[in-house]
Amino acid sequence: MILVGDDMLRRVLFIDLSKEESWVEERDRLFETWLGGTGVATQLLLEECPSGADPLSPQAPIVLAIGPLNSLFPAITKTVAQFKSPLTGELGESYAGGRLAMAMRFAGHEAIVIKGRAQRPCYISIADESVRIRDASSIWGISAVRAGVILRDVEAGVGRRSIIRIGPAGERQVRYASVTVDTYRHFGRLGLGAVFGSKNLKALVVSGTEDVVLPEPRRYREVYNRLYRQVVRTDAMEKYHDIGTPININVLNQQQALPTRNFQSTTFDQADSISGETLADHYLFRRVSCAHCPIGCIHIAMLKTAFTPHHEFEVQKVGYDFELIYSLGTNLGISTPEGLLQLIETCERLGLDAISAGVALAWATEAQEKGLISEKDTLGIALRWDDVPGYVKALENLAATASDFYADLARGVEHAQGRYGGADFAMALGKNEVAGYHTGPASILGQTVGVRHSHLDNAGYSIDQKAAKKRMDPADMVAQIIREDDSRGVYNSLVGCLFARGVYSDSNIIDALAAVGISKTSEELASLGRSIFQEKYRFKVREGFDLSGVRFPARFFETVTPLGKLDRSALEEMLAIYRKARGWS
Amino acid sequence: MSVAGQNRANGSDVLVDEPVKESARSPIEPSGSTLCRRRRLKVAHPERCIGCLSCMFACSRINTGHASLERSAIKIRTQGGIEGDPYVVVCHDCQDPSCVRACPAGALCRRPEGGVEFKRDLCTGCGECTKACLVGAISLDCEGKAVKCRHCGACVAFCPHAVLRLEDVPASPGPR
Repeated sequence: MILVGDDMLRRVLFIDLSKEESWVEERDRLFETWLGGTGVATQLLLEECPSGADPLSPQAPIVLAIGPLNSLFPAITKTVAQFKSPLTGELGESYAGGRLAMAMRFAGHEAIVIKGRAQRPCYISIADESVRIRDASSIWGISAVRAGVILRDVEAGVGRRSIIRIGPAGERQVRYASVTVDTYRHFGRLGLGAVFGSKNLKALVVSGTEDVVLPEPRRYREVYNRLYRQVVRTDAMEKYHDIGTPININVLNQQQALPTRNFQSTTFDQADSISGETLADHYLFRRVSCAHCPIGCIHIAMLKTAFTPHHEFEVQKVGYDFELIYSLGTNLGISTPEGLLQLIETCERLGLDAISAGVALAWATEAQEKGLISEKDTLGIALRWDDVPGYVKALENLAATASDFYADLARGVEHAQGRYGGADFAMALGKNEVAGYHTGPASILGQTVGVRHSHLDNAGYSIDQKAAKKRMDPADMVAQIIREDDSRGVYNSLVGCLFARGVYSDSNIIDALAAVGISKTSEELASLGRSIFQEKYRFKVREGFDLSGVRFPARFFETVTPLGKLDRSALEEMLAIYRKARGWS
Repeated sequence: MSVAGQNRANGSDVLVDEPVKESARSPIEPSGSTLCRRRRLKVAHPERCIGCLSCMFACSRINTGHASLERSAIKIRTQGGIEGDPYVVVCHDCQDPSCVRACPAGALCRRPEGGVEFKRDLCTGCGECTKACLVGAISLDCEGKAVKCRHCGACVAFCPHAVLRLEDVPASPGPR
């Protein structure tokens, strides 16, 4: 039985794969100071990761953490993973939904730290207090999808467990390999899959049977009812139910903000054929939900392919979202839903981060057009926009690091442009492949300064979209980026789904925390958000990140945005404002 | 959509049964004390379940004050992970309940007006009821006591897709 409130146990489970040992530490102070989630994970990473460690060495830890509201309130469904990113060489951070947060809560571990390297392929099975490191030789080499099917059969805890695993790309340590969480959800960005691979760790299964006793059940129910009502009722959530995030395809296309063919254009003439509306009308067959979230935003399409002329079909169930349609769709000039879904399914099977993989292929396509790489490099594949079979083969070669070129591409576009040229159109910021918004300067600046160089660090694209409606000066934009940077540090410590962020206002967060016996003021939360940001930068700088060394690819200034063509010097000026506002100049 | 009102998925034509007032059904009060008629839980639209587990958390939260899956009397099972179809397991409110016949401790007994009453303090945790119920609607919680649905409707109010419904039980016994 887990108590919350004064008697809350704040347990961190440590697993050392080299020593085949595990132990639990009670870290009350850590959680009291840093709340949970990303706040706590950052501290554990700072503690556990030796300065300058190779991200793929046994010394580099994996940290998973949940927060005080996970599994207790609707839509607080995420788990944060922190690690040293093999892609950027500094802070690696990624969030996933599914059932992992719930499974960790009921297993009684608010954080899990995995260190070392197993002698041979293994997986970890955590059931309440039991931790077993089991042989995974027989499932090494198989797809992320299939690995889940097999582990479901051999492990206990049906209906309340979480199974997270890597595919061949993670095993080969592709530096943007993902970890699949319970099918359809992922720790996608920054290469956690490669870190799993480097530890000979194929999968992690978590389940638990504990329950949580609330200090004041009546108060808890009151706050819960209010939040539940807001989550299911607010219009703010509507877009996530219906068409889902892919509604942005048509929206961004109309705004001239939809990256197309490696950002050569911001409108795509075939956008409607792979839009959220088209997919919802003709391919969507089910929406599912993360554990304890009534929204059901996970959109699953049915891809039905005839394999003989006699009505015999292969059926694949493919999860899709906006970012995937951008990276594996518009950005590769894909004109058919079937082609798009096939590419998504390929990344799912191989265990590749869809954004990075798509951006890498887009760069490679253009690099080949321009003669920077040959067909010999690509093992005979002529990469061409909209050529689905070619891209599927290239993804397989990438996951297998099948040639020197693919091995270079598997280190990210920043690395690849260093080897082959093409820096101007290698679309990475802070070495991380960019998300699908060419909305204006705040999107670019936001991903540059963001703690994990993700569009979700501070949602710069959303600030640009506001600026398109009502003029905003650069200082305002910077102030908003900073506000988001900091406040998201708090929300990500809970660890909530960003889709429900509008519901979890400061006052709602304070009430929800109070209902589980944690007292915080608005000022304390604001201060915590700033501190978490600074601590993440402490890790980044310690590992060599230097904001003054960032590279803005020229392509950003060549292709029109809803705010017109951008000017490099204006962006550099905004960066200077940002640095000054942070007190870094 | 309201919490216990209209169903978002099918517009205005389907209404969930009237909301269950939490205070009226609080476990603090004796079960059934505020009821003037008997109702039972029905899985009206199983195919609409999105697997969010809100019902399970509602059941444990409202009936036990815990956040727990193990203490929930309604169960959302998966078959083949979330790639497969979730399915909803609820007590069928049998006319001749096998759980009652299986219980050697008298913890499960029939009410004169129909339905099954569970006396938790008499439960020895032998698990015979869980074996007797082929549906799988009874389980043991982490304290080893049976978890038995009392058809209170707490889960109904928190299903976002109107999968669940409380229905009136006819006065005269009839086939389900």
